[in-house]
Amino acid sequence: MALTRSALRLFSGRFTQACQVRGYADAPSMSLTFAAPSQVLYNNISVKQIDVPSFSGSFGILPAHVPTLAVLKPGVVTVFENDGSTKKFFVSSGTVTINEDSTVQLLAEEAVPVDTLDISAAKELLAQSQSQLASASSEVAKAEAEISIEVSEALVKACE
Amino acid sequence: MFSRSAAIIPQCSQQVRGMATLKMISIRLKSVKNIQKITQSMKMVSAAKYTKAERELKLARPYGIGAQEFYKKAEVKDEEGEKGQLIIAVSSDRGLCGAVHSSIGRIVKTDIAANPNTKVVIVGDKVRNILQRLYAKNIAMVVTEVGRKPAVFGDAALVAQSIINSGIEFSKGKILFNAFRTVVSFRTTEMPLYSQNAVANASKLPVYDSLDSDVIQSYTEFSLASLLFYSMKENATSEQSSRMTAMDNASKNAGEMIDKLTMTFNRTRQAVITRELIEIISGAAALETKN
Repeated sequence: MALTRSALRLFSGRFTQACQVRGYADAPSMSLTFAAPSQVLYNNISVKQIDVPSFSGSFGILPAHVPTLAVLKPGVVTVFENDGSTKKFFVSSGTVTINEDSTVQLLAEEAVPVDTLDISAAKELLAQSQSQLASASSEVAKAEAEISIEVSEALVKACE
Repeated sequence: MFSRSAAIIPQCSQQVRGMATLKMISIRLKSVKNIQKITQSMKMVSAAKYTKAERELKLARPYGIGAQEFYKKAEVKDEEGEKGQLIIAVSSDRGLCGAVHSSIGRIVKTDIAANPNTKVVIVGDKVRNILQRLYAKNIAMVVTEVGRKPAVFGDAALVAQSIINSGIEFSKGKILFNAFRTVVSFRTTEMPLYSQNAVANASKLPVYDSLDSDVIQSYTEFSLASLLFYSMKENATSEQSSRMTAMDNASKNAGEMIDKLTMTFNRTRQAVITRELIEIISGAAALETKN
């Protein structure tokens, strides 16, 4: 009796292993590390999809995405977790790395959940940066003011 | 130690020397007690700073490790060039923290000896003091006012920006810092730094899609700031924990010295009293026998 049970276990083990060797459609989910210098949002957690805003256009990352590097633009990152829930985060800047083995490192300079954003404060920041650009004198100051406008516009957009 | 203090006082009579030594011992005892108080309070302060630094390090670790992943996965190797080596030595301005600064200084020295075409960017005054005498011409940049407040990403970005603006060219590079292991131990480690050319010639780079030199440049600049930030955080935690143990040892040593000094003080005091008694008694006995 015990012999047959253990034999069955052995057989079923081999059977499931044979099942795991499948094609593209069943690719393993990717492991995301989403961190900012002062906080960790995801540390090697497997997720279904990530949408990132980058300078070369916003794109979504699915498992087995082609490896690439991209620079983040101020905007909203949406993470679709394995259990179906989605979480949105506003990022100010940073980089995203997609490696061959489907690991994704999303390193943001600052990342906050979108629901902690205050739209009135964001609009105020936008007005402030616009006046900064008007009063900017040097090239560097102009560039800084433009960056600040870009971030505040993205902030306002994220709140809406 | 006591013979030294005895040599200072003038060669007067036995009596005066005994009393003066007593005063010397009590002065010394007071000063060692003060030192013990100071080292104990320094230990408390660094214990508090250590807990904060360790907390921040725990949050920064995934960021720092993530920032190194690309270079490992893309198998980036050092550039085959003769543009020299760049070492970024991370330390701080404050001392009394054990072997933290000297271990970094030692490794930089051996590296420069092995490869004279090396430029060093020093973060923190202590390592500058170590290297100033012999290797002043290898020092490219020094960052000061480090270590008083915990590092933020903006600090690392500032350092990275200055390095980039200075236009230092290198074929291989590394960041030297003390990685934090436990409260009582740290390990001096190096993190490799790759130039833009090294990244562009990486063996697995063609696997990565749609990359142009702009993206590579922005990526390497940002990752320089990220790696610097991570190394600063690790170094700060190692420094605080090392200072805590150093001050703890100092307080214990001061305590031992106080015990020994108190013992000597009591013995000397009793010897002085005994000597006075003997003199009085022998004087009285001499008077009695005269009578």
